[in-house]
Amino acid sequence: MLDTLVFTNLPRRFLLASAAALALLGSPAHAADTLPVVASFSILGDLVRVVGGERVAVTTLVGPNEDAHVFEAKPADAKTLLAAKLVITNGLGFEPWAGKLIKASGYKGQTVVAAQGVKARHMEEAKGHTGHAHEELDPHAWQNPNNVAMYVRNIAAGLSKVDAAGAATYQANAEAYVKELQTLDAWAKVQIASIPADKRKVITSHDAFGYFAAQYGVKFLAPQGVNTETEPSAKQVAQLIQQIQREKIRAVFVENMGNPKLIAQLSKDAGATLGASLYADALSTADQPGATYLQMMRHNVTQLVAGMQHN
Amino acid sequence: MDILLDPVWDALFSPFAEFAFMRRALVATLALSLSAAPLGVFLTLRRMSLLGDALSHAVLPGVAVGFMVSGLSLTAMALGGVLAGLLVAAVAGAVTRFTTLKEDASLAAIYLVALALGVTLIARHGTQLDLLHILFGSALGVDHAGLLLVASVATASVLALALMYRGLVLETFDPVFLGAHRGGVPAWVWQQGFLMLVVLNLVAGFQTLGTLMAVGLMMLPAVSARLWHDTLPAQLLNASAQAALAGMAGLLLSYHCDTPSGPTIIGCAGALYATSLLLAPGGWLPRHWARPHRVA
Repeated sequence: MLDTLVFTNLPRRFLLASAAALALLGSPAHAADTLPVVASFSILGDLVRVVGGERVAVTTLVGPNEDAHVFEAKPADAKTLLAAKLVITNGLGFEPWAGKLIKASGYKGQTVVAAQGVKARHMEEAKGHTGHAHEELDPHAWQNPNNVAMYVRNIAAGLSKVDAAGAATYQANAEAYVKELQTLDAWAKVQIASIPADKRKVITSHDAFGYFAAQYGVKFLAPQGVNTETEPSAKQVAQLIQQIQREKIRAVFVENMGNPKLIAQLSKDAGATLGASLYADALSTADQPGATYLQMMRHNVTQLVAGMQHN
Repeated sequence: MDILLDPVWDALFSPFAEFAFMRRALVATLALSLSAAPLGVFLTLRRMSLLGDALSHAVLPGVAVGFMVSGLSLTAMALGGVLAGLLVAAVAGAVTRFTTLKEDASLAAIYLVALALGVTLIARHGTQLDLLHILFGSALGVDHAGLLLVASVATASVLALALMYRGLVLETFDPVFLGAHRGGVPAWVWQQGFLMLVVLNLVAGFQTLGTLMAVGLMMLPAVSARLWHDTLPAQLLNASAQAALAGMAGLLLSYHCDTPSGPTIIGCAGALYATSLLLAPGGWLPRHWARPHRVA
């Protein structure tokens, strides 16, 4: 019953191969023919699903709404890795745990760094630690759709290496998606352009939006650094309140993780309005508005524009 | 006149006059000083100084269940935390009552089991979110609801402590006497009532001000107050006064010197403790001087 259901959705070639496999081995066809791929976090998982289509079965290590910064591997994760034919990470220092986990699991196959070739930005250190070398790269490159075009091409190339038969499909899927990314980018530019340039300022609790800021000319001010664990001083909070009032910012956003209490209270003090969650580091679950990369970006842009209209 | 007073005003009062978050932090800290610090004195008397730390871990299973039932809802997670804390304290108290184990030992056992359960629940549910980080507050992020919570708990605690005072003192110092005194309120009522107060104060403190602040304001002033006085009422008052002083000084330092507020407040309480260790009647110097000097 299940097999017939699956077959109706599959390309003809795949069906024939599956039928042959079924006849020869007597094994369930749909499990035998998909390529097991592991992606480090939810946004990459979505991209791999798009490029791989029905030829791949994607597992993500860090799921929707989860924080990749504090990920702790379980034995099951090592098992998943070992069973995979391809492992895809973001790179740029986003998953410092990935190298260790891959080594520990004994995985010997191919790995793809999705951000390979992206023009990397450095983390902006807003607090003014002078004399400090700004060596740390900003890993959140997916916040610019043009970088994601690079991601999906890298993913397509990686998939083609381990599954040469599907190379044409992967190529076609990737290029189709790049078109969607271009549409997204153009749409976002139009949306942001509706806000006067001097009013494109928001406050958010996470400085994950460096690439977005550079692409669309929006200024993101953060009350805390990218490390969500540091506790701010009373002086920093006071300065931020004064800054909000001085620059007349009314758009304040909390992304989908971290401690929201401080920023919620702070924005109230300063007379700003708290916007809906932005999705920075992870997709949402299916019932929330950021379940795929494209949905996530559209949601973020819509919310940012709505917030900045109050500035 | 103004030349003299302006710097004083700027240093001590203008941060509070200018910023609402400073006022709320101060009021929450003062409320906690009134109720938590006296409870801390009783805890040190009962040799349970480390209860606060244990409890900050023991609330985890309740928080996890709250999260599993209604997702990322602060109310549900807070309620779960209170219930888990009360349950852990009640079980620890009951174990002390019915076995030969002392309160600290039974608490150590039950809190470790609770922590393990909490970590397992969260892992099984498959979330990587740090639930306690989300639930626990910070001194600078006290909101209206948090302030109301701390103030209500402080009011209830002070009233309850006044009602329970005699029984609690007897139960703490001379449980045998209280046990022999038939017909009155049984001793376990005092013990369990006291533990409930402690749990309420700590959990309210965790959620509004964070773990370090809640435990620190409860224990540090209490420990150093014991160095100053022999009588219990004086120790209770002294503990509250030290906690309030540390809270105000810490907030001002955090504002002027750009340091994280929670650790700064507890650092001030620590400085008061160090001073007490040296100068208080029960501290090192007075005892050193008071020692009879024998000549041959």
